[in-house]
Amino acid sequence: MAHSPYDEIETVPPAEVAEEELYHPHSFITRWVFCQDAKVIAIQYAITAMAIGLFALVLSWLMRLQLGFPEQFAFIDPPDYLQLITMHGMIMVIYFLTALLLGGFGNYLIPLMLGARDMVFPYINMLSFWFFFLAVLVLMASMFVPGGATGAGWTLYPPQSILAGTPGSEGGIILMLVSLILFIAGITMGGLNYVVTVLQGRARGMTLMRMPLTIWGIFVASILALFAFPALFVAGVMLLFDMLLGTSFFMPSLVSFGQQMDYDGGSPLLFQHLFWFFGHPEVYIVALPAFGIVSELISVHARKNIFGFRMMVWAIVAIGVLSFVVWAHHMYVSGMNPVFGYFFATTTLIIAIPTAIKVYNWVLTLWRGDIHFTVPMLFAIGFIVTFLNGGISGLFLGNVAVAVPLSDTMFVVAHFHMVMGLAPVLVIFGAIYHWYPLITGRMLDDTIGKTHFWITFLGGYAIFLPLHYLGLMGVPRRYFELQVAQMEFIPQSVETLNAFVTVTALVVGAAQFLFFFNLAWSYFKGKPAGQNPWGATTLEWQTPEVPPSHGNWGSERPVVYRWAYDYSVPGVEQDFIPQNLPPDRLAGDMGRDSPEGRGA
Amino acid sequence: MHVAIILLIVTIGTVLFHVLSPWWMAPIASNWHFIDTTIILTFWITGLVFIAILLFMAYCAVRYRHREGRRAAYEPENKKLEIWLTAGTSLGVVALLTPGLFAWSQFNTPPDDALEVEVLGEQWSWSFRHPGEDGALGMASTHRINSGNPFGLDPDDSAGQDDILIHGNELYVLADQPVKFLLRSKDVIHNFKVPQFRAKLDMVPGMVTSFWVVPTRVGEYDILCAELCGVGHYAMRGRIVVVEDEDEYIAWLQTHQTFADSMEPAEPTEPVELEDQLVAEGQRLAEERGCLACHSLDGRAGVGPTWKGLFESTVALVDGSTVVADEDYLKESILEPSAKVTEGFQPIMPAFDFSDEQLDAVIAYIKTLE
Repeated sequence: MAHSPYDEIETVPPAEVAEEELYHPHSFITRWVFCQDAKVIAIQYAITAMAIGLFALVLSWLMRLQLGFPEQFAFIDPPDYLQLITMHGMIMVIYFLTALLLGGFGNYLIPLMLGARDMVFPYINMLSFWFFFLAVLVLMASMFVPGGATGAGWTLYPPQSILAGTPGSEGGIILMLVSLILFIAGITMGGLNYVVTVLQGRARGMTLMRMPLTIWGIFVASILALFAFPALFVAGVMLLFDMLLGTSFFMPSLVSFGQQMDYDGGSPLLFQHLFWFFGHPEVYIVALPAFGIVSELISVHARKNIFGFRMMVWAIVAIGVLSFVVWAHHMYVSGMNPVFGYFFATTTLIIAIPTAIKVYNWVLTLWRGDIHFTVPMLFAIGFIVTFLNGGISGLFLGNVAVAVPLSDTMFVVAHFHMVMGLAPVLVIFGAIYHWYPLITGRMLDDTIGKTHFWITFLGGYAIFLPLHYLGLMGVPRRYFELQVAQMEFIPQSVETLNAFVTVTALVVGAAQFLFFFNLAWSYFKGKPAGQNPWGATTLEWQTPEVPPSHGNWGSERPVVYRWAYDYSVPGVEQDFIPQNLPPDRLAGDMGRDSPEGRGA
Repeated sequence: MHVAIILLIVTIGTVLFHVLSPWWMAPIASNWHFIDTTIILTFWITGLVFIAILLFMAYCAVRYRHREGRRAAYEPENKKLEIWLTAGTSLGVVALLTPGLFAWSQFNTPPDDALEVEVLGEQWSWSFRHPGEDGALGMASTHRINSGNPFGLDPDDSAGQDDILIHGNELYVLADQPVKFLLRSKDVIHNFKVPQFRAKLDMVPGMVTSFWVVPTRVGEYDILCAELCGVGHYAMRGRIVVVEDEDEYIAWLQTHQTFADSMEPAEPTEPVELEDQLVAEGQRLAEERGCLACHSLDGRAGVGPTWKGLFESTVALVDGSTVVADEDYLKESILEPSAKVTEGFQPIMPAFDFSDEQLDAVIAYIKTLE
């Protein structure tokens, strides 16, 4: 197996894949708009996802203004507030994180890291992006229909999501569901493409156990997406039917504002089961690529092989499988049969074991390493801290009886923002600082990068840590206003804390503009990166041109001789060995004639 | 080096915040101490792991930071260490899960002598039903709910006749008497939560869910809705009063009507002029469009202000001004409810797109409610 580089390099790998016929663009439109090159599609995905993510960040400011300074911002009324939380949540989880990690990083890195020229299905890949783009447009449009966007919460639980009394029940909810359906169509095309490319498109010698963990994470996450999103798809279609055709999939007999409705016999819990059968794997659809990427960042910048590589791979696979049998831990107080509680608490705490192993192995990669505190490394360390913190609060919420007082409180909000908001976003930033030189040929500015990191990490931590304690106290989530004066169990000091959190959130939010400035400024003025500035072993840094051109590899695709983590190998002068360096060149004169330009 | 220092600050800061923060669990008022104990245990186990890992990272950040000539060790795997860590983690998980599942089993085993009380949720208020003398709740169905029978009770079920119907968001319970709350919702999903009781559960339309609790501390506590139920979610609140004195409890119960009493035809004290077509139409609209779910006809404040005596009265608004409730004001308040909100109420009423004829009808009806 891959744990020693010397076992395998003697075997010359068999030719597994024939040379592909590449599609070539003929005009501006086919080169930059309806483009089939995965690298361009990746950038299209990334820009769209970041633009909408920025919009959702601004929504969170408005939300925090209301929570931190109630009654001082009269333009935010209760329906607005619910629309803010719904759009913020839905955009961040689906349209920002999922799209950026799979569509953005997946498209850019899968072909390059595997030594492929492009995705296996470039045309479908293009369609995937345009479906995503259309989904974003429909989502934006939902804010402009009468009644505005839906305010049902990102979980969209019926009956309230389609009844009067919830904002957007006139039209916003319809467009939200249509947008989700479009998104799912797009992500299904993309997901199939990523999975098939990993299985069929690898270069000679790139065995599955030689794939970098980044690809393992994206690969397993894509498989999860293919199994999980259909559940959301059918739930969305059924909810549309309930609303537009008068079916009763999710609607029991009920009396809405004094009026007997025509529904009868449906089950609101059925929607929740479908939603969370998607919703829990969704957490890992976001987390697994982040796990993979952060493994890469830590290993490269600590100049050390990732600790326990095989264990890391199996942990990704185990988490992927287990993620399908834990969904009802979101439903402990939903009124489902309490017997389920025993099962789902057990599976949920079991999933903590492979997850903990990953954390140990990241930390043990730092141990006895040669740690360069580059910006990507800083973000990776920030990720470990926030992910560990968020994982720990997950042990509270997963443990059924403990979850009873904490569910539906700010504790839940704090937990998922720490583990699924802050943590993956730190990885995304780290990854952009890491791969920006490959994408543009220039380095991002170090000083701005470090400032951006410290504000985002420490500020983000200071926002979400205290919220746990509000939840512990019993402060509910999704409340437009706490009315502290009237609620006996909430001390006055909570108002001060909420104001502090709001101010911190505004500062951290504003600091993100440093990042965008850095992206723009460095594109023109950044230090030229040269080839392989971090001294990485993986294939994407070994392309003949930087940035890689159409087809990635010039005349010949690379051949892979070793695993992705040959850093600081004893007896080799250079502290990294690229995956495609033939053993005879290594044996001859170790490392002297390898690619130059290895930086800090 | 500064990375290590900041990691150290994060570790110490987190611990200090945990220890010194004035924000902590609301003082418990029920029998669910075991849940609190499990939370504390979870804090200890996970807190130690958190501290250990952060300190180890800080150590690595100092000891293994890049210096000239430094080279990382090459050690792809360390089976022994990996097995030890996996085993230790599994042990920790078992230590957390065991008390958790034990508590869950208690949580789902109500005692036989628990008093069954129904909690009925609707957008955005609470009502309650006490089983009355026979100790049994009568059959109910959503299909039977109307303004005369807000609980939807079966008039032919003898068990339901003595059920005591409690409107107005306030419930009394006896200290040290186990209560099993049977939860029902008229419209959307709500969640019955009293922070000091720790227990809570969703109220799902079409289902009856339940949990049990023994109130242990005399006092008044907030009831909150803990499941998003529309614009008025944050305002859906009530009070639960735990009393020790049985006489006080019974006296409170007697202030409420039984189901049988509530079905007695009411004295026609305020005969509505039904000959007038417009008024009849207005009354029909008010019932069908759900106005009466929030606006009472008997002077009681509900989710919204009462309609009794509303017309031509002087209304105090949240911004401190006052306005006379003339036709223009009523129209505006139906079409654009958030424009002028009455003092003491939340801006949660959805806008109604009534036609001019419908507006006239509803206002004509309101005028009759003197």
